[in-house]
Amino acid sequence: MKAHLTRRYRFSASHRLHSTEMSEEENRRVYGKCNNPYGHGHNYALEVTVAGQVDARTGMVCDLVELDDFVGREVLERFGHENLNTLALFEHLVPTTENLCAEIYRVLAGGFRTAAVEKVRLEETMMNSFEYCGDAELGTGRCVQL
Amino acid sequence: MVYLTRRAEFSASHYYHNPEFTPEENRRIFGKCNNPHGHGHNYTLEVTVRGPVDPRSGFVMDLAELKEVLNREVLDAMDHRFLNKEVPEFRDRIPTTENLAIAIWRRLQPKLKVAELHRVRVFETPDLFVDYYGEP
Repeated sequence: MKAHLTRRYRFSASHRLHSTEMSEEENRRVYGKCNNPYGHGHNYALEVTVAGQVDARTGMVCDLVELDDFVGREVLERFGHENLNTLALFEHLVPTTENLCAEIYRVLAGGFRTAAVEKVRLEETMMNSFEYCGDAELGTGRCVQL
Repeated sequence: MVYLTRRAEFSASHYYHNPEFTPEENRRIFGKCNNPHGHGHNYTLEVTVRGPVDPRSGFVMDLAELKEVLNREVLDAMDHRFLNKEVPEFRDRIPTTENLAIAIWRRLQPKLKVAELHRVRVFETPDLFVDYYGEP
């Protein structure tokens, strides 16, 4: 039986949305308050979904300790309490939550070996969230391969 | 096709133990969850059914009927119970959130006639949930 397990994590970070390809005026117009040169911060909530067969011996899709360790090391330690604009990843990439969400998916899907990472959902605030599942398409609640 | 989700809550205790593992393996694999006296959670269950909207009633299915099926098939059997000892599915299967979602699907699926069961989502805590779509 295939089940989809989602684990929720939290981290806080600051960022400034500013593109070097736009004029100062265009940046202010496109990004509004998010263009404030001193930056601003969010409490991000991250949901990581892994999917796979339930192991008959353990009853689990994935060892949660391994998932927590991996996400902790590769995501929470890397981005938590950082100014995202100062990280190499965002040297030439605007640290929008879209870009951050896709990067987190790539790191987890590409590196975690215990179970298949199906989807990453990232809440920037309680009012907006972003989902990414690589080449797959979001179906009705789950990802359907095209 | 419209998807309708009904939420329910129940509280239950469980522990994780596989008799085929050695005591050391059980402790290593299941950690604190291996405590044989059990521990508990406030589970939140979300059941999603799908179907066309009935032109006369405007419903996918009667919510009162869905609530009654949930109460009878799931909550009456699992709320305020020790899952390992009181729910038959878990006599020989570990009551992980994965297996709980599958067991709830199997209880509900044959009882739903008007709308089709689409998803069973079980939150063990606000930070951990499992979705089951009836996939083999």
